[in-house]
Order: sequence, then structure tokens, then C-alpha cells
Amino acid sequence: MSTPFYVSPQQAMADRAEYARKGIARGRSVVVLQYNDGVVFVAENPSRALHKVSEIYDRIAFAAVGKYNEFENLRIGGVRYADLRGYTYDRDDVTARGLANVYAQTLGTIFSSAGEKPYEVELIVAEVGAAPEDDQIYRLPHDGSIVDEHGSVAVGGNADQISSYLDQRHRDGMTLSEALKLAVESLARDTNGTERTLTAEQLEVAVLDRKRPQQRKFKRLLGRQLSRLLEEGSGSAPEAGAAEEAEEE
Amino acid sequence: MDFLAQHQPELLPRNRQLPPRGVIEAPHGTTIVAASFPGGVVLAGDRRATMGNVIAQRDIEKVFPADEYSAVGIAGTAGLAVEMVKLFQLELEHFEKVEGVSLSLEGKANRLSTMIRSNLGMAMQGLAVVPLFAGWDVDRQKGRIFSYDVTGGRSEEHGFAATGSGSLFARGALKKLFREDLTEGQATTLVVQALYDAADDDSATGGPDLARRIYPIVTVITDEGFRKLTEAECSEIVRAVHDRRLEEPDGPRAALL
Repeated sequence: MSTPFYVSPQQAMADRAEYARKGIARGRSVVVLQYNDGVVFVAENPSRALHKVSEIYDRIAFAAVGKYNEFENLRIGGVRYADLRGYTYDRDDVTARGLANVYAQTLGTIFSSAGEKPYEVELIVAEVGAAPEDDQIYRLPHDGSIVDEHGSVAVGGNADQISSYLDQRHRDGMTLSEALKLAVESLARDTNGTERTLTAEQLEVAVLDRKRPQQRKFKRLLGRQLSRLLEEGSGSAPEAGAAEEAEEE
Repeated sequence: MDFLAQHQPELLPRNRQLPPRGVIEAPHGTTIVAASFPGGVVLAGDRRATMGNVIAQRDIEKVFPADEYSAVGIAGTAGLAVEMVKLFQLELEHFEKVEGVSLSLEGKANRLSTMIRSNLGMAMQGLAVVPLFAGWDVDRQKGRIFSYDVTGGRSEEHGFAATGSGSLFARGALKKLFREDLTEGQATTLVVQALYDAADDDSATGGPDLARRIYPIVTVITDEGFRKLTEAECSEIVRAVHDRRLEEPDGPRAALL
């Protein structure tokens, strides 16, 4: 009978964290930015079927990077949590904070349990409020911690570089097309400093729009509408009316 | 729903103990009518809830959006019906979020059918819920109406339908006034006429209450989605109908031959 090697808890945790980080770093990044009428989610994702950004509840949306099957699992768990909450109590009782806590618990338990491999995912949970000050953005790294973010946040392969790029340029009260332009610029920068061009087909974009009349504030920006917003942001066209245009269709 | 059944079974209607035999006095909703027109479908309901011979509520709302392209109107025990609608809305929304696409209209109608069937025990105790389901079929590009019986039996209605205690009278009116080529405005007037006739002959159905400004709930579902008529719009239709009835109390006459 062989005696198992002794591995110190510090070492074990460091190994697991390293494993998860490497998994996450392989994928493309997702950025989330506040703009004047809400929160915009931008992901580089050529697939139309496998989403990185999804709706959770009326004012709450979810973005993730890492292994698809793992974050899809978490997403469905989140939708279930939110729907059950809203049905049992009231729609207003479903909050991003509550959801982020549940995710943190789940990720934390999986990360520190010896049996399972840690999830190779990093999540963002965002809630749009009645005013920009009430918006909430939470980042949930693979180990189950919660980071409360403001303004802009990036997760995924190139996250550090993208976040610092965004931090320098993001300001409060940007219009949707400005925010979108900034997000695309940040995603298009490669690690070695070269820039790629990202077209509307390669992007997955969604907004939580507080001006949307429906109860459910989540909306995907697709096709023509997205291309138009992208052009508007990059050209010298006047920025006013961007939000109104987003309302169409 | 499956998730609820596993984790919180007490939240589902079918897992409830039946009350002991005996009549329970609970508010009942009454008449719901629907009619289709070339660009969509209208679904409307009166505002009265009765408990025996007492009017329990004058301004109850019995027509709800189920999701963006469908609506459900309920006749029967108000408390159970509202809960059923809430669960139905939840289920449609949940499906849409998890799967990324909405259920087909047929799928929604079938789902409602199972929910009514699960309430059969309560229905046998006199607490029945009988809805009318209407929606815009995105695939076939037309408005469709489904009616149900207490056992969950589902049948698609062509043109118009009515359910609830005043449905006999409402259906009579619909039958005489319905035409295939109605406009949206005519269809909304038609359902208000039908509800007026139902209230005329059925004591449990409430007519438009001009003094209190309580008008029927009228909803329209087209390819642009669900829309509930505002109070001002309803009031305009109701007043027009009412004014004509001052001259002809029995409403418009259909040709004899």
C-alpha cells in the first residue's frame, strides 16, 4: 500500500487557483461597462447559439468566461434561483447582491472541496437600477470571492490589460455608442499591442436598459442595430439619440 | 416547474391536500371573451368577482399577459386562477431564459392544459378554473384562441370564444356580430358589445360602470406583441357602445336572412 504524498494546504490551493486561472486565460474576454441609461455587456463570441451574456431576471444579467458547460450550469442555477425567489416573494425581492452571494457560495464550495476540480470560470453579475448610482456590478472569480466593481470591468484571457485600458478611458455618463466603441477598442487590443478589427458578427452585445418600458430590462443588440451603433460610435456622427435608436425593433 | 416540484413541492397547486367536502365561499370571476381579426386577436374580460350572490370585487382584473405574444383570461375561483396565471407566466419566462427561445404558441397552450388538469381535484370541490388563452402565433403569423374545460381539455376556437358564467350570452352576441374581416378597432368594439350583453343577462357579470369609471379590460395581441388598452381607450369604446344602447337597449341587430 502506498502512502499518499503530503501536500500542504497552501500548495494545494495555489495549484487549484493556478489551474483555474489557466483555464480562464485561454478564452476571449468579456467587458461590462456602465453607460448613462444602463449597463452594456460586450463579448467577443462568434457563436450565435452559445451565449456568454444572458438574462437572469428583470434587472439582472449575467456574463461569464471560461468553460462553457460549467458557466452554463451556473447560469441555469441562477435563473432558477431568481425565478423561485420572484415567485415565492415578489419580483422586487430578486437582487444581484443575493444572486452574487449564491454564486460565491457555490464557486467557493467547489473550489475548496477536495473531490472536484475547481470551476474554470469567472462571472459578472450586474443589476441596473433606477439611476446610474444604483447600478451594481459584481465580479466573481473562480475561488468564490466577490468583487464589487464600478464603471467598467473585464474578465477573461486578457483581463488585466483590458481593465487598465478601460479604467483610463471610461467615464460616467457615456452614451451607449460611446461605451460600445470603448468596449470594442479594448477587446480588439491583443496582448502584444497589435490591434485587430472586430465586426458586428464577431461580437455578442446585450444591454440592461433602464429606459426600456418593459419589466424585463435585458435586450440583445443584434445585426443591423448593432452595426449602426458601432458605426455611430466610430464615425463623427452626433451621439444624441443613440439610446432612442436602441429602443427600436 | 419540475424544479419547483422537486425543491418546493408545496408551492405547486397539485400537491395540496383537498379541502374536506363542503362548499367554500370564495370569489369567482366571470366572463372572458376573445375574438380574432386578420392582424391579431383581442381578449377581454369584465371586472366583477362574485361570492354567492354578493359582489366580492368590482374592479378585479382577469386578463393577464402570459408573455410578450400571448395572454390568458380566467373565469372561475379568483384566488386559484390568479395563482395559476402567475405560475404559467413564470414557466413561460423560465423556459425562455433557460432555452434562449420562447415556447411555440401550441406548446404554451398545452402547458396551460396540464396545469388546469392538475387542478381537477379542486374543481370537483367547486373551485374550478377555466381560462381562455389567446396569442399571436409567430410561426404561422396569425392570432389564435384556445378554450379549455375543467379537465384540461383544450380546443382551438376559430373566430371567437367565450368562457365563464356569462359566456352563453356573450357567445350569442359574438356569433351574430363577428365577421372575418374585422379591423382591430372593430374587434375591440365587438368584445365590449359581447361583454355588455353578458352583463345584461347574467347577474354575475359586471357591465361597464360609467359612474365609477370601471371599464372592461381589453387586450390586443398582434405581431407587435401584447398591449392592454389604456383606460382612456376603453372608456371611448364603452361610451360609444353605451350611447348606442340608449337608443337600442338590446344592441345592434343582425340581418334576419
